[in-house]
Amino acid sequence: MTWRKAFITSLFIALLAVPFVIDYFSGGAAEEALDREKALERYGFYFEEVAKKSGIDFVHKAPSLDPKLDNIMPQIASMGAGVSIVDFDRDGWSDIYLTNSGEGSQNALYRNNGDGTFTDVASEVGVSDVNKDGTGVSMGAIWGDFDNDGFEDLLVYKWGRSALYRNKGGKSFEELEVPAFPEWANINSGIWFDFDRDGNLDIFLGGYFREDINLWKLENTRIMPESFEYAKNGGRKYLLRNLGDGKFEEVSKQMGIDSNRWALAAGAADLTGNGYPDLFVANDYGVSELYINDDGKRFIDASEASGIGFSPKSGMNASFGDVMNDGRLSIYETNISERGILLQGNNLWVPREGTSGADVKFDNLANAVGVEDGGWAWGSQFGDFDNDGDQDIFLTNGYVSADKNVNYWYDFSKVTLGNNSIIADAANWPAMEGRSLSGYQQKKLWANDGKGGFSEIALAVGIRETLDGRAVAVADLWNRGVLDVIVANQKGPALIYKNHVSDGRNWIAFAFENDDAIGARITVFRDKLMQTQEIHGGSGYCSQNQRRAHFGLGGTAKVEKVVIRYPSGETKVIESPEINKIHRVQIPG
Amino acid sequence: MSTEASNITVPQKAPVMPMKTFGIDTRLVMPLLITLILLVGQVFYGILESYPQTLLAIGVAILFDAVLSKIDRGHFPFLASAYISGISVGILTRSPFLWTFALCAAITITSKYVLRIKGRHLWNPSNFGIAAMLLIAPSAYSTLSFQWGNNFAAMTVIWVLGCIIIYRLKRFHITFTYILSFIFFAGIRSLWTGDAFLAEVAPITGAMYQLFIFFMITDPATTVRHSRKAQIVVVFLIAAAEMVLRMMENVHAPYYALFIVGPIANLVDIYWLKKPE
Repeated sequence: MTWRKAFITSLFIALLAVPFVIDYFSGGAAEEALDREKALERYGFYFEEVAKKSGIDFVHKAPSLDPKLDNIMPQIASMGAGVSIVDFDRDGWSDIYLTNSGEGSQNALYRNNGDGTFTDVASEVGVSDVNKDGTGVSMGAIWGDFDNDGFEDLLVYKWGRSALYRNKGGKSFEELEVPAFPEWANINSGIWFDFDRDGNLDIFLGGYFREDINLWKLENTRIMPESFEYAKNGGRKYLLRNLGDGKFEEVSKQMGIDSNRWALAAGAADLTGNGYPDLFVANDYGVSELYINDDGKRFIDASEASGIGFSPKSGMNASFGDVMNDGRLSIYETNISERGILLQGNNLWVPREGTSGADVKFDNLANAVGVEDGGWAWGSQFGDFDNDGDQDIFLTNGYVSADKNVNYWYDFSKVTLGNNSIIADAANWPAMEGRSLSGYQQKKLWANDGKGGFSEIALAVGIRETLDGRAVAVADLWNRGVLDVIVANQKGPALIYKNHVSDGRNWIAFAFENDDAIGARITVFRDKLMQTQEIHGGSGYCSQNQRRAHFGLGGTAKVEKVVIRYPSGETKVIESPEINKIHRVQIPG
Repeated sequence: MSTEASNITVPQKAPVMPMKTFGIDTRLVMPLLITLILLVGQVFYGILESYPQTLLAIGVAILFDAVLSKIDRGHFPFLASAYISGISVGILTRSPFLWTFALCAAITITSKYVLRIKGRHLWNPSNFGIAAMLLIAPSAYSTLSFQWGNNFAAMTVIWVLGCIIIYRLKRFHITFTYILSFIFFAGIRSLWTGDAFLAEVAPITGAMYQLFIFFMITDPATTVRHSRKAQIVVVFLIAAAEMVLRMMENVHAPYYALFIVGPIANLVDIYWLKKPE
């Protein structure tokens, strides 16, 4: 062999070794589980799962749909475990609402007793029996004070007839007739937001399956997406303007929202800086959508112009976080990643430097910062879990956990590659027969290092359950100045991760006394950083966080000032606020 | 996919390629058609995850071919083959990482220089690159891709351009045999598994599969040269191997089938089959 041949052969062997070298040097090995003391020492925080200890014994039930779908029932009846945080009685403690999806099953409202325990009062106050036969079943729930009486009302969006419940002074609820609601629709995402900033909360609802489909009484089995990544045969979208007199009107098309993509998550935040909430919709089976709010007059579809509307994936989450501490919100969208089979990767849409206003553009930096591979990822939320001053990410995942020894991926990939006439008909999908599909997955917690990188440490900080997670919500459940995490699992128990944070990590929080504050923007100025958060009327996947802004401060002993922009657009400046304190804020008017 | 127009030894009885096709240098026809497919796919379906990934794959393929050819043979090659390999890698790779595109392209091109016997390739270079990446980098690399959607319009584009190319290469019998074989084996699988026939036949109705059956299994540089009959037998065996892999629920069955059968067939062709008069 000549030296030339030897060189080329050596090069060839070296190339084949590259992935192993990258694995070795990238620290590919997963973090090991640590006990509480070691985790606190190494990472500064630790999660303890306390659901049962706290009196929360909720177990989600899946619906039993038309038997024509029996072959892939675990796949279709795979959603409905939602969680939302509310202080429904305004006692200063965050309560938890969990949705159920079995026919006739009960939703739960866990009132926070303030002593570390919770009591389910859903039945007592009238928000439990919402999955009655013939009305469909819950997919998620969101809370917002649509009638401005100081108490947050409840919207349960369903596969079926969505329902609105008025909160009567924090003591009971009454269901309202809302003619503007669709008679029947398969809604999988919903948010409250005041898109026209008139002081009345409006509603966005995103359809998944077409609205003419009743999943309990199918006329035929042609209900599936026409394409795995280019489908436009999903449910329609609804934008319900609050008229202020207890009535709503449907204005989606009039306002520029006309899409039949398969929406799975939605979120609203002011991404352009004009003070009006823009709308992001994460779609399954296709590209996601960004609607820029033109000062409340209309929505402009900026999906492609912003850089978001390319590269179709399986969007399942919409959450917002200021990951760079520069006052700009990024969008986190989850997708599917399965080793060796399908690597869509999650998207972290970060606003591009030098772009702003309606011309804002986003780049997907999920890979660059290390938050891309979340498995078959569902709900995710930002939160400063270690109180170090940076936004971390909690993500839950797992699709169908059944027989551990056999999986459905081969059949799934086989049919989804096919022509639309094949993939769109559920009858063509091979029977799952008890097989798993991306089941038993390890959840993710990405700790932000504050330098543009994230490290995955879920196992190390106590997150060990591998249930089929769906919704994630974040709240300071026990008013301790730390963020706890609540996870709703499909066909499984709800989990409460109580957060324990090391001493010496400062924080500051802002709770709104007289208003849900949805749309408020809070910016903390300290150490030449701008930490920004908004209060959302729903985010993540079928979930809603507390209506309180919590900021970790790390070792910072002084905050220079805090600027609060109320939903109306008015601003308030608080100079040198006290730290390690929940500030109670009254919103004017 | 590789044309290797400048590298292969043309068999004596093989049809002589015209120097011009539609008034264009023959060696440029294939790159132009492949580029057209890429552009149509991007304009109408946005098939490229990002331009940098595809450009990187093309750039690395060209760079490696130029450098390795200079080292190995002392001259720079006609780069159409590398360009096509780069595009193939760019289209068929699904990965969140940039390095996987570069590495796949590098392995693809380098394999052409290393895995040769009597001046002939054993593997289709792109097939080798993709199969190797699936084996050595499963956590970072995948080919399962839906970028072309699931409709007939995309199929039509590939079919028209594909037919032009394989007609020019006189290889329609290979594609046609593979399609018939796939459908035949789909029927057997359906009977065996109890799954709907349409489910079994579904993969070949998707647009991405057309790239495999039109451009990868028909590659003149890596198909057997003995006779049309031998090519038909080989492609039937590829479909049969794919059937076995599918029964084992292998998601990447077509790539592995070609990866296994291709070199065996070429070895038999090189050492044992007498060339027809």
